[in-house]
Amino acid sequence: MQAVRNRKSRFSAWDVFRNGLNGQRGWRRQWRDPEPKQRYDIVIVGGGLHGLATAYYLAKEHKRKSIAVLERGWIGGGNAGRNTTIVRSNYFLPGNREFYEHSLRLWENLSHELNYNVMFSQRSHVTLCHSPGAIAGMARAYNTMRRTGTPDADIWDLATLKREIPYLDYGPTARFPIIGAAVQKRAGTARHDAVAWGYARAADSYGIDIIQNCEVTGIVRQGGKIVSLETSRGSIGAERVGFAVAGNTSRLWDMAGLGQLPIETHKLQAFVSEPLKPLVDQVIVFGVGGTQFYISQSDKGGLVFGGSLDGYKSYAQRGNLPVVQSVAEAAMSIMPNLGRVKLLRHWAGAVDMSMDGSHFICKTPLDNLYLNAGWNYGGFKASPASGWYFADLIANDRPHNVIANADLHRFERGAANDEHGHGADPKLH
Amino acid sequence: MIRIDCPFCGPRDHLEFAYGGDGSIVHPPLGAPPQEWYDAVFLRRNIAGVQKETWQHVHGCRTWLLVERNTLTHEIHSVEPAHPAVKAALEARQ
Repeated sequence: MQAVRNRKSRFSAWDVFRNGLNGQRGWRRQWRDPEPKQRYDIVIVGGGLHGLATAYYLAKEHKRKSIAVLERGWIGGGNAGRNTTIVRSNYFLPGNREFYEHSLRLWENLSHELNYNVMFSQRSHVTLCHSPGAIAGMARAYNTMRRTGTPDADIWDLATLKREIPYLDYGPTARFPIIGAAVQKRAGTARHDAVAWGYARAADSYGIDIIQNCEVTGIVRQGGKIVSLETSRGSIGAERVGFAVAGNTSRLWDMAGLGQLPIETHKLQAFVSEPLKPLVDQVIVFGVGGTQFYISQSDKGGLVFGGSLDGYKSYAQRGNLPVVQSVAEAAMSIMPNLGRVKLLRHWAGAVDMSMDGSHFICKTPLDNLYLNAGWNYGGFKASPASGWYFADLIANDRPHNVIANADLHRFERGAANDEHGHGADPKLH
Repeated sequence: MIRIDCPFCGPRDHLEFAYGGDGSIVHPPLGAPPQEWYDAVFLRRNIAGVQKETWQHVHGCRTWLLVERNTLTHEIHSVEPAHPAVKAALEARQ
């Protein structure tokens, strides 16, 4: 294992200096482009952040060696590159809060661990409140966080908020006057591409095959087990198979002959503006009456922001205009100073919306198939813990305590993980 | 913008409508076994292609409609009233 790992040099300040003098010609490709082998011990379908992280933790934590990650397109080309890069752990329900706090702790050391700068910036996540009821509700959730291992949960009064974020519309004529905020200080943003590349490079250094342009077209079963996967690059045998293809989980599930899932595929849009000088220091979240708006500023200067789902089921990675309007209106209602900022790009990603707004990391009706799905629109921040717990599940063939209620049967038990209490309607989560 | 041809109001932007969900779901009788209710409430076919779904014309005639739409392209193939009696009445009038 060590021999494989040493094959690539670690990045260092000296590398940056040396390549600066020789016209950046000294960099080598960061991961191999291998031909698929006929057989692996473990095959992960889906080369997104969750799939790559799973492969990496299988090698690192569980010393597994024969692993392949199959990606239909190219890594970082799906939802890995379509999110708004927000990382936080402000969850309320048991299970969810431990899971996301673990994820945040993995984020805090990720750049060092991967020897790859994922540009994780703990710049605070500020949820604006507009009524005493909203403050009370957030205080309940954030007090719970403080009591259960997330020490940085805080409530800001109006004076603090005005001092920290002076440019919001605090005027008496605001449609939804701001009266305070719930804040998580260790939350922030990361560079999404770098996370995909960092995990890919680290996984590759353990000898894991990352196979791109490799679409699964069929699943060969023998009784209650998967024998092999038919792909666009030939048949690949596997002892154990993990699905991590959020957005398209139902299609793969159907291909495996397993029927239906408590999941609908919806689309979520994201936006980026022209680059501006530094303005938005934190992640700011606004949500009133079903409208959602969240905004941060990338290191390149673009404002990165998003809103709610488009509202109807869709596999098209293409957004619709009413949401563009509602997001622009939400932006103007709290930050009128953005009125003349030009939109650079907007796009959409297909997401697994589950029946309670929470994820699945669990065993399946097939002995050697494991499922990682249902990330709704919170998959980015979950990536490290998702990979960690999914690797733990695949390696040990039993769910860790933290994900005990992240299985497919929780609805039958009446144990939905419904953070917002919306009920079994995916478009509302 | 998706344009839905409401049988009562004519073609309108989807902004006038509220999306219901999978129109192929049939709820079992009240006394049915829990498993049948679980299937109806929680499980979805989640079709990538043409599916039947419900929309309500909330900012128009308020009728619930059954729409055949492609979830990959958003193309709409057919629109009809979701309630069989409303559909029958509409057909009788034509």
